[in-house]
Order: sequence, then structure tokens, then C-alpha cells
Amino acid sequence: MKRSIALIDVNNFYVSCERVFNPKLNNKPVVVLSNNDGCAISRSNEAKALGIKMGEPWFKCQEIARKHKIQGLSSNYALYADMSNRVMEILRGFSPNQEVYSIDECFLDLTGFKELTAYGQEMRGRIFKWTGLPVCVGIGATKTLAKLANHCAKKMPQFNGVCNFNALADDELNALLMKIEVGEVWGVGRRLTSKLLTLGIKTAYDLKQADPEYLRQQFSVVMAKTVSELNGTVCIELEEISPPRKQILSSRSFGQPVRDYNSLAEAITLYMSRAAEKLRVQESLANVVQVYIRTNPHKPDEPQYSNGMTIPLPSPTDDTRQLVKIALWALKYLYKRHYAYAKAGVSLGDLMPRTTAQFDMFASGQSTSRSQSLMSTIDRINAKMGRESIKLASEGMNYSWKIRSGRKSPNYTTSWDGLVKTK
Amino acid sequence: MNPLSFITNSRNPNLNVAEIYRRYSNRSAYIPLYSQKVPAGFPSPATDFVEARLSADDYLVKNPISTYFVRVKGDSMMNAGIFDGDVLIVDRSIEPSIGQVVLAEVDGEFTVKYLGNNKLIPANANFQPIEFKDGQTISVIGVITGSMRKFV
Repeated sequence: MKRSIALIDVNNFYVSCERVFNPKLNNKPVVVLSNNDGCAISRSNEAKALGIKMGEPWFKCQEIARKHKIQGLSSNYALYADMSNRVMEILRGFSPNQEVYSIDECFLDLTGFKELTAYGQEMRGRIFKWTGLPVCVGIGATKTLAKLANHCAKKMPQFNGVCNFNALADDELNALLMKIEVGEVWGVGRRLTSKLLTLGIKTAYDLKQADPEYLRQQFSVVMAKTVSELNGTVCIELEEISPPRKQILSSRSFGQPVRDYNSLAEAITLYMSRAAEKLRVQESLANVVQVYIRTNPHKPDEPQYSNGMTIPLPSPTDDTRQLVKIALWALKYLYKRHYAYAKAGVSLGDLMPRTTAQFDMFASGQSTSRSQSLMSTIDRINAKMGRESIKLASEGMNYSWKIRSGRKSPNYTTSWDGLVKTK
Repeated sequence: MNPLSFITNSRNPNLNVAEIYRRYSNRSAYIPLYSQKVPAGFPSPATDFVEARLSADDYLVKNPISTYFVRVKGDSMMNAGIFDGDVLIVDRSIEPSIGQVVLAEVDGEFTVKYLGNNKLIPANANFQPIEFKDGQTISVIGVITGSMRKFV
């Protein structure tokens, strides 16, 4: 039976979230900036039309931003996460099989469903009504085709936001694929595109017609799978449960350079607390802790230093206190005076599910049930009262090194102080 | 994390814990409801009589995915029992009909009013209705299903 797989994603997700709660941003050029207001990571169509590129450093856009009154907003991840959950929950109502692929897109298995184009319009309508967010729907026989159909739904106005490849005749579909550059195909990156071009493969249609065996030799088995997927053979299944992460990272660039040990220690403690919280959410234990600090490599005239350390743990744990203690111990070795540090980070590695952990009978401070209940109490209070209500004292109180996020919108949906005001 | 893992510590014999509260989610607190009074001094069969736990969330929010909160500024809806500083519950999934209180967007601003025929009507004689004119962008975003106010 021919499969029907849909890919639904939110148009310009971060910008669209901001617009729902601040309609004055509608029809205006808007970009959302990455942490520390560094780069443009989401752009409204108006900003794209003005030539703002994805990932472009914001300081390079100052002139054009002033000229065209482009609004640059700091990112508000609490808002985006809440809106993402709403969209995903709505879509879960349309199919029992869902793979959440990223914060703003998911696959749905619609195999056996009827009238799919109308069904896609229903999804679009409901998401817009319930959240105010615009989405596009692409439907195809494989995930790769669904992705391409989504691209068509977004770029070609005749589809009105829903493009169903399965409703097209073969020659219609091929004519469409001839219009799509090969670089738009899922999994074909910029580097592979240039190599494909040298082989005369310019469009999605060219790739569909290519010999998979030849491409497997030239590239890899992944490229051969892509060719099969373009021909309608499912090679990549929906993953309904995302596998637990094998590594948890927590790092940031500082808003201003940090020189003293105490500020670095505060930052490391905070990052480790966050990482440990994530670790407990996915019910894992860490076996390895990594810590690193570095100066700003983009300022070559300043003295440079960067160093990291990996510490295997005596027994697996998810206890913030123990993890922070080890991270600070590492920081003492790494820290050198008289440098302007620009970034620090921690990572938890070699993760394992809590249920399979073998504890060292003689180890102290391991993840015993007492420490577990303390940690879950802390997590719960922080979830209820706001981040960092309860924390280890070494996290510090004033955060002079903390990131800039000067133009962040209020937490419209996750904080009582952030609610939209209405007359 | 196990959502049931938090049960208040009742091992201390000096604590007269009448009821163990559980939190099923971090969204709302639950208040126990008994169908009848249970005599004291008897091995408590109370647990058999717990019918349901009432939550303010359940009472006020029917469809959490499509529900948002907004805060009222001003007194244009005073006579509808909506006051400055109140938190209103907006359900976007409900199809608005004439006579309901709605959240609307007028030229980029949010406003709460009664929905009339091609107009938005305030509940305060000091304010004028907003007529839908050509060239104006007015959209009804959702229906106000309730309000919340704290006294303390």
C-alpha cells in the first residue's frame, strides 16, 4: 500500500510566535536574534525580501535595519516552547503516529486516510484558529517527498499552503520536481550539492532519475536511500519516540568578558544545574562530565586561552550537588588569571537510563533515593515558582556575566507578569 | 520524572496529616471532595469515598491547548463584571457568536468587548462602540470564557 506521510511546519516560527502576541509586528520586517542578540535566526518574509540572510550577524545588518526599520527581537524560548507544544498537541489529534522532528515541524503518518488535501487544510485551519500560527503541509509517499511537498506548499502560492504529491499524476509530480533545485532535497547539503552539480544532477527530478548504486559509490548509502525515497520507497521510518540524548550540553557566550574566578564559577554552576535538570527529565544518569572555558577567538589581539577537561565519574549520577562539585573542581585546574573569558560550558556524557544503573556499593553521594527526592523537589519548585527559585548558593545572585537579551518580549504564556494587556 | 513521586512526608507522628495531596502535574493543585462526612477515631475508610478532586483549571479551562490568559487594563467592560487588573480566559477554539464577550484585535491592539453586529460594544456608557469600517483590520481572536481575580 502506498504510504501517505505529512510534514507540517510553522512558517518563520519564532517571528510568527512574536506576532501572535504583538500584532503590530504584522506586515513589518522582523527578525529574531540568537542568544546574546548575535545572529538572525528567524526572519519574516518582509525581512527576507530585504536580503537579511539566515544566521547573518546582527551587527552587520545595522544600516539596513535602520533604513527599513527592521525590528530585531531577542529570542524568547519560553514562549516558543509553549507555542510549539500547543501545535504538536493539536497535530497529535490528526494521526496516532507522530514524529516531532524539531521545535516547529513534525511528521504524521496518514497512510489509509482519505481526502488528504482537505485534511491538510483542516490542520492548517485549526492550528491557525487555536494558536494564530501559520503552517504549511506537505504530503508524500516518503519522508523525503513529504519534505519536498512542504517546500512546494510554502513557495508555490497555487497550493494554498497544502501540497499533496500523492494526489498528483506521475508526470505532474515530475514536472514539479524539475522546478526544484537539488539542494532543497532533504539531506542534501551545500557541499553535496556542488558535487551533484558536477555530475549533472541539478534538480530534484535529476536526482530521482539517478542510478542509486552509482551514487552509493560516489557518496554514501544515505544518498542512495534519498534516491529510493524520491521514487516512493520508504527507507526512513517515523520515529515516534525520540531517542534519549546521548549527551547534554549547556554553554553560553557571556554578555561581557569575565575575568574573575568567582563569576566563572557561578556560570559553571548555573550551566551544570540546567544540564542536570535536563538529565533528570529524561531519567538518565551521567558517567562523564566535561568542562571548558575560552577567551574570544575573534579578538586575536587579546591574549588567547582555551582549555577543557573530561572527568569520568566514580559512579553514574544525576545529583546536581555532586555534578557541580566535580565541575568546579575541574574549573580550578582550568582557570588562569588575567584572561578575558568569553564563553564557558559543561556537558554531561555517556548517559544511561536510570533504571539500568548499577550502583557502586561503597560510593558515597551517589544517586540514592534520598538525593533523588531532594533533586525532584528542587525541579518541581523551580518549575512552579520560576527558574532558579531554588539553587545552589555557588550559582550566585547577580549574574554580571549573563547574556544580553535586551529586546526580549514578555513571557506571554508562561508568566503572570507577561500576560498581554487588553483594554 | 514520575508525576506521582511527590507525596508529602507523613512519617512524622506529630503531624496530623488528614490528607495526602498529590500533584499530578505542575499545572494545578487539587482539592479533595468527599461524598459524605467520615467519623473520626476509626480506621479511616475515607479513601473509598474520594470521588474527584476539584481544580480551578478544570473549572475555568476547557481546552488548554487553545486557551490563553490576558490581563485587563481599564474599565470599558465594567458593567459586564470585568475590571481593571482581572485575568481573562480566552479560548480561541470557540466559534464566537453575537452577544459574547470576545478578545478582538483592532489595528494591531487587543481589546475586550461584547461582539455585536459588525461592531464591538463596551459595557460602560462612557465608551463608544467600535464600528467595523472598510480598511480597518479587525479580527475576533477568541471568546472570553471566564475571569479570575484575587483579593489577597
